[in-house]
Amino acid sequence: MAASKKNSKRKFRGEVYIDQERCKGCGFCIEFCPTHVLALADSFNQKGYYPPVIADIEACTGCDLCGMYCPDFAIYGVKIRLDVVQEEANHEC
Amino acid sequence: MSKATNPVESYLRMDRMPSIWCPGCGIGIVVNCFARALQQMGVDHDELAVVSGIGCTGRIAGYVDIDSFHTTHGRPIPFATGLKVARPDLKVIVMSGEGDLVSIGGNHLIHAARRNSDVKVICVNNFTYAMTGGQAGPTAPRHSIATTAPYGSFDKPFNLPFLADSTGAVYVARWTTYHVRQLTRSMAEAMSKPGFCFIEVISPCPTIFSRRNRLGDGLDAMRYYKNSSKVVNGANTRMVGLDLNGPIIVGKFIDRDRPTLLEAMDEEIGSKLGKRYVPYATTGVQR
Ligand SMILES: Cc1ncc(C[n+]2csc(CCOP(=O)(O)OP(=O)(O)O)c2C)c(N)n1
Ligand code: SF4
Ligand code: SF4
Ligand code: SF4
Repeated sequence: MAASKKNSKRKFRGEVYIDQERCKGCGFCIEFCPTHVLALADSFNQKGYYPPVIADIEACTGCDLCGMYCPDFAIYGVKIRLDVVQEEANHEC
Repeated sequence: MSKATNPVESYLRMDRMPSIWCPGCGIGIVVNCFARALQQMGVDHDELAVVSGIGCTGRIAGYVDIDSFHTTHGRPIPFATGLKVARPDLKVIVMSGEGDLVSIGGNHLIHAARRNSDVKVICVNNFTYAMTGGQAGPTAPRHSIATTAPYGSFDKPFNLPFLADSTGAVYVARWTTYHVRQLTRSMAEAMSKPGFCFIEVISPCPTIFSRRNRLGDGLDAMRYYKNSSKVVNGANTRMVGLDLNGPIIVGKFIDRDRPTLLEAMDEEIGSKLGKRYVPYATTGVQR
């Protein structure tokens, strides 16, 4: 286990949740995501706005800056601890 | 993993969303930061109250899942002072626009600051009376176009941090809606500090201010804030006035201590009446 911890570069993985129907398409989240996880959708939502879609989830750190910038509470990021997942997996076997 | 919920939802009336605010409007970011500050501080919903005036920003009172008051135009500060006097145990937060707080409510602002009324004022400055279609407000930059200044505004705008500082506020900060982390921290700081605290938040109004002045959309405003802001904590507030499209000095400018309105009252009257006086500031609801 110690070895796997040492080898893994990242302690966290990011996850981002988007409520596309609540979005007003301002683009703040896409512009200010530090690792460029998000892109503009190519289709619009029911209100006619283009919401963000996930373009590169591997790059997400779960920093939640997108969540802080969203004026419509339509997106947020969370950090998921990788070592916890790893430990749980180890316990199981 | 089960889907996590947006951390701000517990402080907001999500059943009222989407808000009335336009796409690219910054007011939602201010609410977002406010909810996050509350979450970080771990304050209970019952420990605070939000007071707003009239305007697009004034609508904030309707979206927070906290006891809130949507008062008449310009009057949130005296309303908040009254609330604080009646319930010294509450944290009382005023959230409103610069037109509401500094034009029609300007006298209330300066006297609440002078008396160090223990309320926290979060002033969203979008440089115009947005809700009524874009008249020139108290912070309209010189040369900016407004319905009441079709050739450009020629009045000198108020420098809000200087106004709050010179009239006696104990905490004065300015951020833009680009500075979400700093703004959240500032809100938490102000809410934890006794006395009159004033935070100016520069915020995009793409529909009225930016459109009339051909400044693009909300994202363009956010890029301008990012590229033209400079953090100068402790800056001399006299020097932080704003020009149309000019540099924006942001930061925490003032953090000092002096007795609040209620403390000063207790001190003064207590010293004259002795045991006959029941102190106000310290007794709270038990009174
Ligand atoms: C006594 C009174 N006078 C005038 C108005 C009209 N009025 C409504 S909102 C507003 C200005 C709001 O400007 P601001 O506080 O900057 O808020 P914003 O809409 O820009 O967020 C005015 C003049 C009113 N509602 N009541
Ligand atoms: S959580 Fe951070 S890294 Fe992930 S999408 Fe949002 S801003 Fe980008
Ligand atoms: S910040 Fe929010 S409203 Fe704006 S595009 Fe992203 S999800 Fe949509
Ligand atoms: S008019 Fe301006 S301030 Fe009002 S909601 Fe629209 S963008 Fe925001």
